[in-house]
Amino acid sequence: MTAPAPVLVLAVGNPSRGDDAIGPELAARLEAAGLPDVEVITEFQLQVENALDLEGRERVIFVDAGTGTPAPFELRRVRPSTDFLHTTHALSPEAVLATYARIKGSLAAETWALCVRGEAFELGEGLSREAEKNVEAALARLVELCRLRDRN
Amino acid sequence: MTAALETAANPTGLKRVVIEPLSRVEGHGKVTLLMDEDDHVQQARLHIVEFRGFEKFIQGRPYWEVPVMVQRLCGICPVSHHLAASKALDQVVGAHALTPTAEKIRRLMHYGQILQSHALHFFHLSSPDLLFGFDSDVARRNIVGVAAQYPDVARQGVLLRKYGQEVIRHTAGKRIHGTGSVPGGVNKSLTTDERDELKRDIYQVVAWSRDAVHLVRRLFEQSLDTYRSFATFRAHTLSLIRADGAMDLYHGGLRARDADGRTIFDHVDSDHYWEQISEEVKAWSYMKFPFFKALGADDGWYRVGPLTRVTRCDFIPTPLADRERREFLAFDEGRAAQATLGFHWARMIEMLHAAEAIKDLLHDDDLLGHDLVVTGEHQARGVGVIEAPRGTLIHHYRVDENDQVVRANLIVSTTHNNQAMNTAIREVARQYLDGHKLTEGLLNHIEVAVRAFDPCLSCATHAMGKMPLAVQLVDAEGAAVDSLVRGSA
Repeated sequence: MTAPAPVLVLAVGNPSRGDDAIGPELAARLEAAGLPDVEVITEFQLQVENALDLEGRERVIFVDAGTGTPAPFELRRVRPSTDFLHTTHALSPEAVLATYARIKGSLAAETWALCVRGEAFELGEGLSREAEKNVEAALARLVELCRLRDRN
Repeated sequence: MTAALETAANPTGLKRVVIEPLSRVEGHGKVTLLMDEDDHVQQARLHIVEFRGFEKFIQGRPYWEVPVMVQRLCGICPVSHHLAASKALDQVVGAHALTPTAEKIRRLMHYGQILQSHALHFFHLSSPDLLFGFDSDVARRNIVGVAAQYPDVARQGVLLRKYGQEVIRHTAGKRIHGTGSVPGGVNKSLTTDERDELKRDIYQVVAWSRDAVHLVRRLFEQSLDTYRSFATFRAHTLSLIRADGAMDLYHGGLRARDADGRTIFDHVDSDHYWEQISEEVKAWSYMKFPFFKALGADDGWYRVGPLTRVTRCDFIPTPLADRERREFLAFDEGRAAQATLGFHWARMIEMLHAAEAIKDLLHDDDLLGHDLVVTGEHQARGVGVIEAPRGTLIHHYRVDENDQVVRANLIVSTTHNNQAMNTAIREVARQYLDGHKLTEGLLNHIEVAVRAFDPCLSCATHAMGKMPLAVQLVDAEGAAVDSLVRGSA
C-alpha cells in the first residue's frame, strides 16, 4: 500500500450550483498544474469519512466557496472545534478535524481553509464573473501553499 | 387535535416562533409555531423549499446525459437519482430487461448507497439525540460528543459509511459524479481485484450492522415510554414491493396500506403511479402534498421510508435482517413498529439487509461479466421508481425525436412525507411545547421528529456562511421578543 501524498487538497462544492463550483474549479486547475506530492479530492460536501482522508498528511488544505467572505478569498488556519456543528449533514473543516482527533486520538496535520468569495448559487448557473476573478487570485496562493518546502 | 394545528383559528395577537433552518437537516427547512399569551400552541407548520429550477436544468439536454447530471441535485443521495434516472431512461431506449451483470452491478451500487446513507443518518445525525437525550447539553449533542463518549460507535459509523462509499466507487467509477449506470445497463462491471477488495471487509460490515440494530433496540428498552409515544401518529403507507411480497429497494410494484395494514392497492405497475397518486398545493407551503386519489386530499396522505418498508413487506429476503424485522414487529406488542422513532430501528434493519445483500452479490460471478448494455425500440416516455434511503423516489421523463428531454418530473421522498412530517411536529407541539416556556431543549424535540424522517431538502449548496441557525420568537406585529442562536460557520 502506497503512502498518501504529503499534501492533501480537499475541495468542496457542486459544479452545477453557480459559485458553489469554486472549489471543484480550483481543484481542476490545481490538478492540471501537476504539482508533485499533492493529492486533490473533490467532494460535494464534507462528511465524517473525510476525517480518514487526513491520515498520514503533512499539510491539509480545505478549499470552498464562501458567502460574506472578504474578496477575493480568506485563508485561515483550522483547528478542531465543535463550535461549528449546528449541522453534521455537511461538516465544517473544524468538525472534520475534531472527528479525526476523536477517532485517531491525535491531531491531524497542519490544516488551512481557503475560502473564496462567491456571489450566486443557483442550480444550473456557471461561475459568476466576480467568482472567476476570485478563483484566479486564489489559485496562486493555493499553489504556494501546496509547496511544502516553503513552509515556515 | 394535531390536524387542527395546521391553521390557527384566530392568528391575531399570537406569538410566532421560527426555527430556521433545522439543525442536522440538509439545506433549508423552517418550522413556524403560533402561540398564545399562555404559551399554548395554536398552529405548527413545517416549511420545506421544494426542488427549484430542476426542469429548466434538465430540459433540452440529451437523455444520455441525465443519469450523470441529476447527481448534482443532491450531495447526500446522488446515487439514488443516478439510478432512478437510469431506470426511467431504460424504458426510453427500450431496455425492458437488463443483463444479469447490469442489474446486479446496479443493485450493488444501490445497496452501497443505502448502507452509507443509513450509517450516516444513524451514527451522525440521530445518535447524538438518542444517546444523550433530547434535552441534553447542546454542545455535546453532536457527532463529536458521540465520538468522545462512545468512541467505538463513532468509529464504526465512519467505517460503515466509508465501506458503502467504496462500493459506490467501484460500481459507479468515482466516489462522486459517478458514471457507472447508463440507459440500458452499466458501463463497467467489477474486476476480480475490486470484488476481492470489497469481500475482505464485508463480514465485519455485516457484524457491525447487526450490532447497530441491537444498539437501537437497547435504546428503546431504556426509554420505552418516550420511544413509544414520541410524535407517534397513524398514517397510510406507500412502498415498492417485489412480486412475492419481499422487500425490494431497487424494483417492484407499488403497495399502499392503511394505518391498520389493510390493502389500499397492491402490486400496481409503478410506471403508472399517476393513476394512484395526485398532489395538493397549499398556499402556505412551497412543497406539494401528495395523496392517494382513491381517498382524496384530506384523508389520502401517506408515509414512505424505512419504517414503512420494514413494516409493510411480507418478508426481507436476507436472513439476519428478516429475523430482526420479526423481532421489531413483535417488540412491545407491536408499538415500536408504530412509533415515529421506530424509523431509527427500521433504518438499521435496512442497513443490515443492505450489508447482507452486498455480501451475497459479492459471491455472484455475474458481477464480473461483460454483457453490460441492452437496447430495443425507443419510446418517448420513461418512469423510474426506486426506494431511496429516505423513501420512494420517482423520476419521469419525456424525450422528443431529437433525443432531447422535453419534460421532467420528480417526486422525492421528502415530498411524499410532507404531510406526515407536518403531522409529527404538530404531535410534538401538542405533547411537549403546549403551555411551556420555550427552551432550546424543547425546540430540539421538533427537530428530533423531523430528523426521524431524514428529509433531504434541495441541497448541495453548502458554502461556508450559508447555514446559520437562528430561532426567533416574535410577536404578532413582528417585533422580536426572544431568540435562540446556535453557532454558524
